[in-house]
Amino acid sequence: MINNQEILETIRMIQDQHLDVRTITMGISLLDCADSDIERSCQRVYDKICRRAQNLVRVGEDIEKEYGIPIINKRLSVTPIAMLCGISGGNPVLYAQTLDRAAKTVGVNFAGGYSALVQKGFAAGDRALIESIPEALAVTERVCSSVNVGSTRAGINMDAVALMGRVVRACAERTADDNCFGAAKLVIFCNAVDDNPFMAGAFHGVGEGDCKLNVGVSGPGVVRAALAGAPEDCDLTAVAEIIKKTAFKITRMGQLVGAEASRRLDVPFGIVDLSLAPTPAVGDSVAHILEEIGLETCGACGTTAALALLNDAVKKGGVMASSSVGGLSGAFIPVSEDAGMIAAARSGALKVEKLEAMTAVCSVGLDMIVIPGDTQAEVISALIADEAAIGMVNSKTTAVRVIPAVGRKAGEELEFGGLFGSGPVMDLNRLSPQKFIRRGGQIPAPLQSLKN
Amino acid sequence: MRAVITVVGKDAVGILAKVSGKCAAYNANVIEVSQSVLQDLFAMIMLVETSNLSCALSELGSQLARLGEENGLAIHVMHEDIFNSMHRI
Repeated sequence: MINNQEILETIRMIQDQHLDVRTITMGISLLDCADSDIERSCQRVYDKICRRAQNLVRVGEDIEKEYGIPIINKRLSVTPIAMLCGISGGNPVLYAQTLDRAAKTVGVNFAGGYSALVQKGFAAGDRALIESIPEALAVTERVCSSVNVGSTRAGINMDAVALMGRVVRACAERTADDNCFGAAKLVIFCNAVDDNPFMAGAFHGVGEGDCKLNVGVSGPGVVRAALAGAPEDCDLTAVAEIIKKTAFKITRMGQLVGAEASRRLDVPFGIVDLSLAPTPAVGDSVAHILEEIGLETCGACGTTAALALLNDAVKKGGVMASSSVGGLSGAFIPVSEDAGMIAAARSGALKVEKLEAMTAVCSVGLDMIVIPGDTQAEVISALIADEAAIGMVNSKTTAVRVIPAVGRKAGEELEFGGLFGSGPVMDLNRLSPQKFIRRGGQIPAPLQSLKN
Repeated sequence: MRAVITVVGKDAVGILAKVSGKCAAYNANVIEVSQSVLQDLFAMIMLVETSNLSCALSELGSQLARLGEENGLAIHVMHEDIFNSMHRI
C-alpha cells in the first residue's frame, strides 16, 4: 500500500508545483497520402489525419480526469511536408491550410511538420516549401514549421542557413500586427530528431512507423521544490541525486499516461521525452532551479556548469523510468516562456552570448528569444550557423527560434500570451557577418562524423 | 481497479459522511481511510474500489470536486496507478 506521505507528495506536485504531462503528440506518416495532384494529395492528408487522430483529444481528456494528471497539450506531428511537395508540386501553402483545417477538426492546438530536411542540399520540394513558410505561418493558426539545416553526419548547408535568415525576418514581418508571432512557430535545427513531441519543432521522421504516440513530460517546479527542501549545505553530488530521483518520478508518470493513451487509441507507444519544459507561470521555471542550486541570477558565471549538472541528472533519473526515451530529452531554456529567464534577461544578467554557451550543455538551443526588429537577415543567419556548429561538433540537437520584433528596439517587450509568455527584446552583436554568409556552400562534416 | 481520494480543508462536522455518502451513491467501496486533524486543518485519504462503479471514474471525480467546492474543501480523485508508478519500481 502506498503511504500517506507519498500520496500527499504527489498531490503537492500537481497542485502547487505545476507537475503535468506537457503534451501527448500523435505522429502520423503522410507518405501514403502523396499524389501527383496537389488537391488530391491535400484531401488524403486531411482524411488520414482526421481518421487517425479523431479520438486523440477525447482520450487525453478522459485520462486527465481519471488519473488526475493535467495533460496540457494534445498535438500532431506529420511527415515533413516538403516530401509531399516534391511529389505533388504546386503551392505548398495548400498543405499548411490543410494541416490547419485538420488540426481544428480534431481539436489539437498545434500541428508540426511543415518542414524540410536540407542538411546536405535541397531536393525537389524543399526550396519551394522553405520560401512559402512566411505565408504559410501567416495564413494559418495552428501550423508549426521547422527546417533542419545541419547534422553531425552531413555538415551545415550554408545556402539553407542564408535562406533561413531571410525567412525568419519575413515570418516576423508578415505577422507584425500579431506580435511577429509567425517567427515563434518556426524552428531551425541542427541534428533534428524524428520523434520530438514538442512544438514548434515536432515532425514525424521518415524512419518512423505509420502512427505513433509520443509524450513530453515537464516539471521544473517539482525539481525546484525538491531542491528547496534539501539541506542548505548539501554538496553538488547530493543535488544531482535529488534531481535524479525527482526526474524518475516525473518520467514514470509520463510513461504511465503515454502507455495508457496509446492503449486506448490503439496506436503504438513511441517515446517519452524527458524534458524540463518551463512555462511563464510562477514556480515553473528552469532558471529558478539554477538559482536554487546557488546562483544569484540565471546568467551569472556558473550558469553553464549548473545547467550541465541539471541536464545530465534529469536524463539519468528519467532513463530508468521509461521503456523508451527519445525526442529532445533535456532542460529547455526558452527565454519568453520562463519567468526566471524573462527576469534575468530584463535585468541584463542574461545575454544572448551566455544563452549560446548554455545551449552546448542542454536541450535545445536559442529558444524564444526576441531580438531587435532591425536585425539584418545575415546576422540571423550567422546566429543560426553558430548554433548549428555547436550541435554539429557536439553531436547534439541545437535549434534557433528567434523573433525579430518589428519596429521595436532592445529594452522594449513583446507579449505573446499563454504558454508563449512575453519577452524583452535582447540585444545582439551587430557586427556584420555578411561576407561569410554570402559565400554559401557547405561546412563539411566534422571528423566526429567518421565513426564507422 | 482502485482510486485514491484526498480531502484537504478546514475541519467541520460531517466531512467523512459527505464524502463516503457520495462514494456509496456511485457504488465505490471504501477500503481504507486515514485521516488527521492538525489544529483546524482536516486531511483525509481514502482508498476506494472502483471496479463496480455505477458511473465513469472521471464522473465520480467531478462530483466530488463539486462537493469540495460547496464545502470549502479540496477533493481530488486519482487512479491508484499514478502513485504506484511514481513511488514503486
